[in-house]
Amino acid sequence: MKVLSKAYNFLIFAFLYAPIAVMIFFSFNSTKSFRRFGGFSLRWYTELFHDQVILKSLYISLAVAALSAIIATLIGTLASVGIHSMRGAKKRAYLAVNNIPVTNPDIVTAISMMVLFVFFVTRMNGMEMGFGTLLISHITFNIPYVVLSVLPKLRGLNDNIFEAAQDLGCPPAKSFLKVVVPQISQGIVTGFIMAFTLSLDDFVISYFNSGSTAQTLPVTIYSMTKRPYSPKINALSTLLFVAVMVLLLIVNLRRSGEGKKEAKH
Amino acid sequence: MNRKSFTKRLITAPYTVWMAIFVLVPIALVVYYALTDADGHFTAGNVTAIVDYAKTFGISVELALISTAICLLMAYPLAYAIARMNTRRQSTMIMLVMLPMWMNFLIRTYAWIAILADKGLINAFLQSIGLDGFKMIGTRGAVVLGMVYNFLPYMILPIYTVLTKIEQSTIEAAQDLGASRAQVFRRVLLPMSVPGIISGITMVFVPAVSTFVISKLLGAGKTYLIGDIIENYFLGNTGTVNYNIGASLSLVLMLMILISMAIMNHFDKDESAGGMI
Repeated sequence: MKVLSKAYNFLIFAFLYAPIAVMIFFSFNSTKSFRRFGGFSLRWYTELFHDQVILKSLYISLAVAALSAIIATLIGTLASVGIHSMRGAKKRAYLAVNNIPVTNPDIVTAISMMVLFVFFVTRMNGMEMGFGTLLISHITFNIPYVVLSVLPKLRGLNDNIFEAAQDLGCPPAKSFLKVVVPQISQGIVTGFIMAFTLSLDDFVISYFNSGSTAQTLPVTIYSMTKRPYSPKINALSTLLFVAVMVLLLIVNLRRSGEGKKEAKH
Repeated sequence: MNRKSFTKRLITAPYTVWMAIFVLVPIALVVYYALTDADGHFTAGNVTAIVDYAKTFGISVELALISTAICLLMAYPLAYAIARMNTRRQSTMIMLVMLPMWMNFLIRTYAWIAILADKGLINAFLQSIGLDGFKMIGTRGAVVLGMVYNFLPYMILPIYTVLTKIEQSTIEAAQDLGASRAQVFRRVLLPMSVPGIISGITMVFVPAVSTFVISKLLGAGKTYLIGDIIENYFLGNTGTVNYNIGASLSLVLMLMILISMAIMNHFDKDESAGGMI
């Protein structure tokens, strides 16, 4: 029974990692083939770093992820405090609207925003789909995730301390920063990281809302898959995979380090 | 007091305005486009045109349901095994489950083309041992495989989460009271893991039924899903742009998912209430 269970787990993980392994292996191929290994080479990595289209889209992806995560975290955190203090039907209405982008399929969120942009863009001369519309669409689908990670942290917070600080003469902005934020900082950080990664990973919403001037990395990858196969995608994926693995390892090591420190006290 | 409630309204204001303009207005526009023709006159034509796509809806739902069922069958035993490991190994295993999700799904799907293609790795292997290769890319099987591959972690994680909350002593208590392995599973584990199963099903079914990328890459344009049709009507890559029909199809897709989620949630409440008694 134990052996069977182990074999089963192994098979599932083999399934999850097979395509990734194939991709990494063939990124070092000296020929264009995805079938025969012609010998080890870093040819596709050098070509990757000379591909201006890929580099530009990587830059756009990072820029839109950082900007949208920052703006969504600001709007979402402030709103969470407001929503938290609401009661009854009003609160339910806010939460219901907050859930729309979360539950809707990506394609529906994407086309609904595209319709809005097209509707207004065609009525306002000189505006077109580009970085602006891309950023707006990313902020929009990021905000609800920030709210969802900040709200639970507020539940453990005394409702009156924000007002108590103000009664003691602290201006609202300062009492928010000094009293509320430190206590919900964990939720804010989680929300920010979630927003950043969701934005970096998104394809569908960017695909419909970026126009031709501001393509993110996934959109560029998608257009590469439609052209004749290029092993540059393999090299790029390998680098991204290694980056993520290193990042996760650092986070995990730090966490277990903290755990050890706590155990000592 | 007034000043304070004014402050509270002020901090929610950016959110209220943003969500109204970029979430509610767009949905209202989708409804508007779905119910009007190209000249802006009211028509029910787009809604009745959906009948032409009943078959596509059927295929999308069918493939998404098959993928969801396969994901559930594959995920449950693994989630259970992980939940029974010690804490240290649990976090390593969960990291291993999540790691592929950090790779963009386009890349992961694209990698399958290399494995399944006519001149791909599987066929090369079959031919090298003297067997005939067969066509995989462009079949419905390949699309289902792509869905299962991409969304399997979404099924594993919520089931794992509910299973870790079940105390080992609960299972032992059932065994002490004479329950067999099958009975423990059917009467204790399964009812207690319903919330996780439900969120797993939703998290797999919704992206699977609305995908257009997996069907494009692995279905090679032969397996058209409802997502492909919507994409075409809005971007017109291989046909004419028609926002009106596209909007009505999106509306139906949205309603279909809302209704099925409402049914699922209802089922969830019934089951967990039953499980408690």
